[in-house]
This record gives sequence, C-alpha cells and structure tokens, in this order.
Amino acid sequence: MSAERSATLRDAVGLGLAVGLYGVAFGAAADAAGLDLWQAVTMSLLMFTGASQFALVGVLGAGGSALAAVGSALLLGSRNTVYGVRLVPLLRLRGVVPRLGTAHWIIDETTALAIAAPDRKLARLAFLAGGATIFVVWNLTTVVGSLGAAALSGAALAALDAVVPAAFLALLWPRLRRSYPEAAVQRRVAVGGAVVALALTPFVPVGVQVIAAVVAVALAGRPRRTAAAEGAA
Amino acid sequence: MTGTALWVAVVAGSVGCYLLKLAGLSVPAAWVEQPWVARVVDFVPAALLAALVAVQAATTDGAIVVDGRLAGLAVAAVALALRAPFIVVLVLAGAAGALVHVLAG
Repeated sequence: MSAERSATLRDAVGLGLAVGLYGVAFGAAADAAGLDLWQAVTMSLLMFTGASQFALVGVLGAGGSALAAVGSALLLGSRNTVYGVRLVPLLRLRGVVPRLGTAHWIIDETTALAIAAPDRKLARLAFLAGGATIFVVWNLTTVVGSLGAAALSGAALAALDAVVPAAFLALLWPRLRRSYPEAAVQRRVAVGGAVVALALTPFVPVGVQVIAAVVAVALAGRPRRTAAAEGAA
Repeated sequence: MTGTALWVAVVAGSVGCYLLKLAGLSVPAAWVEQPWVARVVDFVPAALLAALVAVQAATTDGAIVVDGRLAGLAVAAVALALRAPFIVVLVLAGAAGALVHVLAG
C-alpha cells in the first residue's frame, strides 16, 4: 500500500473515531428530548448528518412541534446539497445505484476528506473509508449515548441538561474562530440568531423562534448581498 | 408529544435530509452554484446553531428560565476558548450543571 493510501485511510479512520464522541452526545440529547433508543438509532442510520440530527432533537427537546423540528433539520441539511455538487466531479459516479448509495454518506467530514485528498482515486477512497468508519462508529455511539442517558436521574440528569447546550455550542464554535472564513460576519450572524430566538421565545410556539431567527438573520443580510450582486453585474 | 408524532418527525426529517443530499448529485451544478445559495449555506448554520444554543440553555416550555444550564454553557465557552477536546467540554459543562442543581437544592 502506498504511503498516500495509508495516510488517507489513517485520516478517515481517525476522523471516524473522533466523530464517535459526538455520537454519544447525540444519543444523550435524543434521550433528553424524549426519543427512545429506536428513534435515536433510526435517525443515525437514515438521516446520518450530525448537525441536522442535533437540530431535530434540540427543537423537540425544547417542546417544539414536529414541523419546526423537521424544518430546522432541513435548513441545516441544505449544506449537503452543495457538498454533493462539489463531489460529482471527484467521485465520477456511474449509474443510479452508486449515486443513491453515495448520496447517503455526503456529510461535512466525508466531503472534507474527499476534497483534501491528493487525487481522484484517493478522493474516492477517502470518501468511502471515511463514510464507512463514521457511519459505523456514529451509530454504535448513538446507542451508547441513548442507553447511558436513559439510566440517569437526579443531579446526573441536571448534568445532561447542561451537556446538551454545551454540545450545540461546540458544534457552533469552529465557525466563530478567527481562522474561519468571514469569522466576523459569522459571529454577528450567531449573536443575531441567539438574540432573535430568545426575544421571540415568549410570543411564538416553541421551535418556531429557531426558524424565525434564521429567517430574520437572512433578511437582515439581504441588502448587502443585493449590493454585492449589483457590483458583480 | 406522542410516539407517533415523534416517529413522523424522525422519518420525515430523515427522508428530507437524504433527498437534499441526493439533489446535490442529481441537479445541474448551475442551479446550486449561485451566490445567494452560497451565502445561505455559509451562514444559516451559525444562525441556527446559535438560536438552538440559546433556546436549549435558557428556555423551558416557551419561557426564559435561568438555571444550571447557563453555568454549564459558560464553562463550556471557556473550555472551548482554551481549545479543550470535545469530551472535556461536555464533562465540565455537565459538572457545572450538576453542581448548580445540588447547590440550588
């Protein structure tokens, strides 16, 4: 096996193991939101895109409607559409079945692995090895998190209540770091989203404030976008 | 919420998220590679995740509630700023939440 091949596999497996920790947090968050083990595992098997899974159980956990929960998950899942477009030339899928199968593993991590690979062959390997590792580990750790959280009571339950928002903050944090593209705008958007959501909380059904926060922030950013588009034209 | 409603959310969300992935492999690239789509994809996660952090940490059933979760969140923010690993962030946040719960009785 070439050095590049083994480096690709090492990166993929390493990432899969690291992602597993998030699976424990997801399983625990799902339990805290009232989902049973089967519902949590069904999400990790079928939805298989972490941020959307966290969003769905987050809205349900706060007491939101199924519609608001699904809406939040889809808003976050739209990232994967753009990833797919970037992956088409790298993976060169032939036929319907490979396309249907590949689509399921298009997430942040597998896209990053494929794009970072030195050539097309290794991009394919990175995508498949990363996808397989993350899929297996993510589902196993979802079970661990869900069963573990279900066994908690008293102060341990209060601990879990504090762990869930901390897990969301950890998902958000990389976007706020100075090294992230347009970090200053990301921070303004994040503060705007949080403030709008809290301000609307007493007045709208639970869960709706989360989607309303996203819409409000998107509308607030629109004039600048329009000006930029005119400048480009 | 009933078990059936939860299942509807789980299955509908899963199918929708899969179709969003499949769409990227299936639609012409020009449909997706537009400036406004790129902006939305760049910034929706920050707004949505921050809104969820706020709602998860400071509200219960549609009302603002201040409890150990905020202490946990503050501890988590400090740990993240110090580049602590994910598991350490969660353990510290959980410990802070449990501590406030015990102290507040």
